[in-house]
This record gives sequence, C-alpha cells and structure tokens, in this order.
Amino acid sequence: MTFDLNRREMLGTMLLTSGLGPARAASGEMEAAILAFTGGVVPQPGKVTLDIAPLVENGNSVAVSVGVDHPMRHDAHVTTIALFTEKNPQPNVATFHLSPRSGRAFVATRMRLATSQHVAAVARLSDGSLWSDIREVIVTIAACTEE
Amino acid sequence: MANALIDRPDNARRGDIVTIRLVLSHVMETGYRRDISGKVIPRNIIRNFVCRYDGAEIVRAEFTQAIAANPFLAFTTVATVTGPVTMTWDDDEGQRYSAETMLNVRD
Repeated sequence: MTFDLNRREMLGTMLLTSGLGPARAASGEMEAAILAFTGGVVPQPGKVTLDIAPLVENGNSVAVSVGVDHPMRHDAHVTTIALFTEKNPQPNVATFHLSPRSGRAFVATRMRLATSQHVAAVARLSDGSLWSDIREVIVTIAACTEE
Repeated sequence: MANALIDRPDNARRGDIVTIRLVLSHVMETGYRRDISGKVIPRNIIRNFVCRYDGAEIVRAEFTQAIAANPFLAFTTVATVTGPVTMTWDDDEGQRYSAETMLNVRD
C-alpha cells in the first residue's frame, strides 16, 4: 500500500489536532487503514462523536459508541461509520452501513483493546464527505492477543 | 442458549426512532491464541451482520477480531409498521445464524 507522504502528514496532523489533542502521533497502520477506507481522502475532524471511556480497566470488552451530528434523510444521510485502532494487531474494528431508515446516525458495540492507544471513528456521508473523531484510551488490563 | 438476546421497546408510535440492542452469542475467537499444545486456535469471528425490517436493510456491519466476545450491538430504526425485525449473521466456520423480534407499532 502506498500513500503519498503529504497525505499521511496531513492525516497525522488531523489526528493530532482533533479530539483530545493526544500526545503521540497516530501509528502508520491506523492511518493507512483510514485512508484505505476513505479512498485516500483525509477526513475532516467534526460531526462525529466517538464515546469511549478514557481509562479502561479491562481491554477485553470496552463499550464504544459513535454518533454523527447529521440528518438521516434520503437526500442527506450518513452511509457508513467505521472504527479503527492504532495498536491492536490489525487496525480495523468494524464497519457499519446505515440507511435513512436507521433514523439516527448512531451505533454502539463493545470492542477489544490490546493496549493503551488511540481509537478513531470515521463517518462517510451521502454527499461523499468524510468526518472523524479520535480518542485516547488508557488500558490497564489488555485484551489477550497471544498465548 | 439462544443465538441472541434482543431488546427493543414493547410499543412504538409510527415515526418514532427506536433503539434496538442485542447480544450475539459467539466466541469471537481471534486467531491469535494458542491451545495448550502450542497450536494456533483458528480464527472464528462473526464476519458480517444484517438487520432488516419492513422490507429494507436497516443496518449492515462487518466485524473484525477487535469486536469483543458475545458481541453487543445497538442501533436505531424508524418505526414504520408492526412486523418482524430480522437479523442474520455469518461466522468464519460458515455458520449462518438468525434471530427475529416483533416490533409493535401503533399510530
């Protein structure tokens, strides 16, 4: 997978300047996964609210929800919400395809976190625009990924 | 145990946005773990999930091993008619599961 450096830098900047202003840059794998999802477009920060506890005791099951501040009409709705992690063994978590019949742009699930890291949510709207939110999560007991 | 536990309102008015919550019964084996002899336990996760209601797809999802065991899901739908909300999902072993709940809608 090749992405030009400029876009990567932009995404890194986007990830750094959005959300809680995390101290570290997001890892390349998460950036690559986000760009693969968006087709190389850097999502704008905003509209998306990623709700996840900042401090998690057990990484085996972490409640996470994503809401998008956008109507769900036929002519203007959220088509897809995707979740990404920075340091899990692979960066994709889940992709949710919504429809105007969803009524609201909201999904919730429980995910695994292998270690303390950033989690990002990206939403694609029916007009093709892409929006994101990123959170930093500290995990005290990681999800088992080995043994 | 049932394939899934589903929670939805007992009644809804036409046009209401209702929240559907469910827990799917599944190990969501990551494929990273080894058994006692050191052999890798093969990945077995739910790959995709679809919820349909009143002739339309309400939500469709693709999962990875980053979704916790016994996946919890919550999403919303607009109450249109009294009828079944059907959900189907498939795992790595090729098993197809399904569950259904009735949504009662009044005017």
